[in-house]
Amino acid sequence: MRSSGGLHFKTFLFIFLMVIFGPLGNVLLGKGMKRIGAAAIGSPAEVFDLLSRVLTSGTIWLGIGSLITFFVAYMLVLSWADYSYVQPTSSVAYGMVALLAHFMLHEVVTPMRWMGVLLICLGVLVVGHTPPRTTEPG
Amino acid sequence: MRDFIFYLLVIGAGTGGELCVTRAMKAVGEVKDFRPAALLRVLLSTMRVSWMWVGLTLMGIAFFSLLVVLSRENVSLVVPVTALSYAAGALGGKFFLGEQVAPKRWMGLLLVCIGVAVVIIGQQ
Repeated sequence: MRSSGGLHFKTFLFIFLMVIFGPLGNVLLGKGMKRIGAAAIGSPAEVFDLLSRVLTSGTIWLGIGSLITFFVAYMLVLSWADYSYVQPTSSVAYGMVALLAHFMLHEVVTPMRWMGVLLICLGVLVVGHTPPRTTEPG
Repeated sequence: MRDFIFYLLVIGAGTGGELCVTRAMKAVGEVKDFRPAALLRVLLSTMRVSWMWVGLTLMGIAFFSLLVVLSRENVSLVVPVTALSYAAGALGGKFFLGEQVAPKRWMGLLLVCIGVAVVIIGQQ
């Protein structure tokens, strides 16, 4: 039988990975797209040009890698932990995005935006405290 | 207005994609065996469900739209706004998948929407 301490440590480790890599992925995508510049997609040639610049950006690939790491950690933690335990942690990610955007991209996060982020975190937390399954399994 | 369309695609196509993937996974059935060979069989089964392909296409559109929005706006604005997908997901879950959304969940979603509104108002 697996020790409860070990299971707790493993769960916290994977949730920590989720909370770090999910927001980091979004911030890296933002950084990569800012480098590419405002996307113009008025014609097929512009779409193709944008796609080629996106696919050759190292920062965007790092972002995609981070999001894949987040997704794998999410899927793995769900294989042993309750969804209703894991899901509310996704609310922390909104605060983490604002923090990373401030420190990594030097974005100005106004007090009003922090308040909005806090409300979103609270809302996701409330959603997470509802039953994860309301239909009978097929 | 143009950004509004891309936000709509991020939220609408993203949520629509997740709903289609959920429907495909429900058709495949609950995964109980997590050994690599069994997971590979599940993966192959999902590829035979057309909802999975619709879902993946929609998620691709959402991802591309997210990149377009991120090229124009700050991450600390874009990501909170995409939280509206929780509300879109609840509506889709109710009407597309027949889920029952409890009042407490609606309350949480209302808080999310108010939070997004505050973020947007703070931007203007």
